[in-house]
Amino acid sequence: MTPALRDLDYFGLDELLAPEDKMSRDAVRQFVEKHVMPRIEHNFATESFALTLVPAMAELGIFGANLKGYGCAGMNGIAYGLIMQELEAGDSGLRSFASVQSALSMHAIYAFGAEEQKRRFLPEMAQGKILGCFGLTEPDHGSDPAGMETRARRDGDGWVLNGTKRWITNGTLADVAIVWARVDEGIAGFLVEKGKPGFSARDIKGKFSMRASVTSELIFEDVRLTDGERLPQARGLRAPLACLNEARYGIAWGAVGAARACYNCALDYAKSRRQFARPIGGYQLVQAKLVGMLTEITKAQLVCLRLGQLKNAGKLRAEQVSFAKRNNVSEALKIARSARDILGANGIVNEYPVIRHMLNLETVNTYEGTYDIHTLILGRDITGLAAFE
Amino acid sequence: MKILVPTKRVPDPATNIQVLPDGLGIATENVKWVINPFDEIAIEEALRIKERLGTGEVVLAAVGQKSWQEQLRTGLAMGADRAILVLNEKALDSIAVASLLAKIVADEKPELIIMGKQAIDDDSNQIGQMLAEMLGWPQATFASKVEIKERRCTVVREVDGGLETLAFALPAVITTDLRLNEPRYASLPGIMKARKKELKEVPAESLGVELTPRLKVRALRPPSKRQAGRKVSSVAELVNLLHSEAKLI
Ligand SMILES: Cc1cc2nc3c(=O)[nH]c(=O)nc-3n(C[C@H](O)[C@H](O)[C@H](O)COP(=O)(O)OP(=O)(O)OC[C@H]3O[C@@H](n4cnc5c(N)ncnc54)[C@H](O)[C@@H]3O)c2cc1C
Repeated sequence: MTPALRDLDYFGLDELLAPEDKMSRDAVRQFVEKHVMPRIEHNFATESFALTLVPAMAELGIFGANLKGYGCAGMNGIAYGLIMQELEAGDSGLRSFASVQSALSMHAIYAFGAEEQKRRFLPEMAQGKILGCFGLTEPDHGSDPAGMETRARRDGDGWVLNGTKRWITNGTLADVAIVWARVDEGIAGFLVEKGKPGFSARDIKGKFSMRASVTSELIFEDVRLTDGERLPQARGLRAPLACLNEARYGIAWGAVGAARACYNCALDYAKSRRQFARPIGGYQLVQAKLVGMLTEITKAQLVCLRLGQLKNAGKLRAEQVSFAKRNNVSEALKIARSARDILGANGIVNEYPVIRHMLNLETVNTYEGTYDIHTLILGRDITGLAAFE
Repeated sequence: MKILVPTKRVPDPATNIQVLPDGLGIATENVKWVINPFDEIAIEEALRIKERLGTGEVVLAAVGQKSWQEQLRTGLAMGADRAILVLNEKALDSIAVASLLAKIVADEKPELIIMGKQAIDDDSNQIGQMLAEMLGWPQATFASKVEIKERRCTVVREVDGGLETLAFALPAVITTDLRLNEPRYASLPGIMKARKKELKEVPAESLGVELTPRLKVRALRPPSKRQAGRKVSSVAELVNLLHSEAKLI
């Protein structure tokens, strides 16, 4: 098994997992080992997503894995988190693909769609036959989505949509875009299908991060939509934020996977690389780095496990998800940088997965609420004083 | 067709095995357990036969501890229909395992038994053969290809220097070799379905089989470490060393 996928369980947390949790994790790990590892560096190098992975991911049941009914597996929160962890041990872009399809797009329809919309989209999305994307961010509104300028105007029975969404994962791959727009009553969500007159998408190129994932700009020029293409239960910004909360939950777990991959790689390297006639892993400075990584990964695993328990019990608060996303991603990023350092010059080439994870994690730190925005969310929670409104 | 697949739990082949200080067993604390890889191939083959025929039942059978449930659940998640776990805490000889399986066969009456040619922990490679003998059924070991038509079976087996094709009538025992197929992994919906599938436990003592081991493990020793290689400066020196030191030529 590639070191990236080797387990790290310093505190015997496996004992706390249900058999289905472990089985799900192992199944996804096998999938990543067999289908993702052999090609991921190529995808990263060529700035492309491996669409050929989609049928295999669908067959495995990854899309909408934690939703119930509509052809979805109905996994519990911990099993779902472990699935995200294994995908991200492969590549953050792969996990992003799954997050966008499941936690953002499918979840939006699942939680806020009409029964007819759910029946039409969810089973085929679970099978990977319909791909979705989630358009919230705009060129001028990232951390502050409430300021969005995309607008849907009433027009008889229907709507006319205008505006631009930017940094949208899977934008050009998607068959249906979940688009959040300002309406007279506040914020509403729309299902905009590919090919609608006035809807165009183009990819953002030149990324140094998430190169194995597609990121796009969506442009809406007088796109006519029926009222049946609106998500009827989505009222206000709370709706997209609820989707983000689902995705952030998966990211908190996913980051542990990326960190583990970097740690395993650095550990193996430190044991075999010799300088001054000794393995560099025998020097105290290198050991301090490795132990620091081990400690933070283990802490992050514990946070995830508790997060999963709370989610399964229906007691999870959004602020706790913020805590986990903020901590786990920033620690994963530090671990990746530290692993990169341990690998020396080998840390900058794609013969090892470390630099790829490190670059990817820069995005993970920014999207789904930046590190600092989650700091402000937690700050508001403990002081009762909002610093950003 | 009902197919019985005997299944064993073994340490993950990637696990670093440590012998206990007393030399009589291996340390199990940090071992990750998996289905014996040859048994996984057997489960896959049974599922494919069932899928090809469009009907049938795949039943897993294991002789082991309660914790083996986990590997049986994995087999159920791959698609097997139900599982039987013959509960026994202590290590057993192959002959005892084969005898217990023969009791399960008498009860279940499968038309076909497919199992791994050996378990990767003790590499005994004898339970399939013993079981066939006890049942008086034909056996085809080391199968690399299995075809079934109307209660007749053709098996291609890998033998030294070539392939051998056997044809026989069912019921029969087939043991699997590595190249028979590539096992599927459990899908997530399969894992959810497996939770509700029947996993029956039967105490080994209740089956009236002599369980007392006749074999005794005297000592386990890890394989000796490989010596580091040495660089030689010329072909002549290499030939010389192969002759004088390695005594190969
Ligand atoms: C690869 C990639 C994929 C993405 N995919 C999607 C997607 O699928 N859908 C989608 O809708 N969006 C997506 N995004 C967008 C992402 O969510 C935004 O980039 C993110 O919300 C940050 O917004 P911004 O980039 O505009 O940064 P800004 O909001 O401009 O932030 C810039 C900096 O200012 C800080 N800052 C902002 N406000 C404050 C404040 N009040 N106090 C202190 N500091 C502050 C931030 O923390 C940050 O450090 C993606 C982004 C990337 C890079």
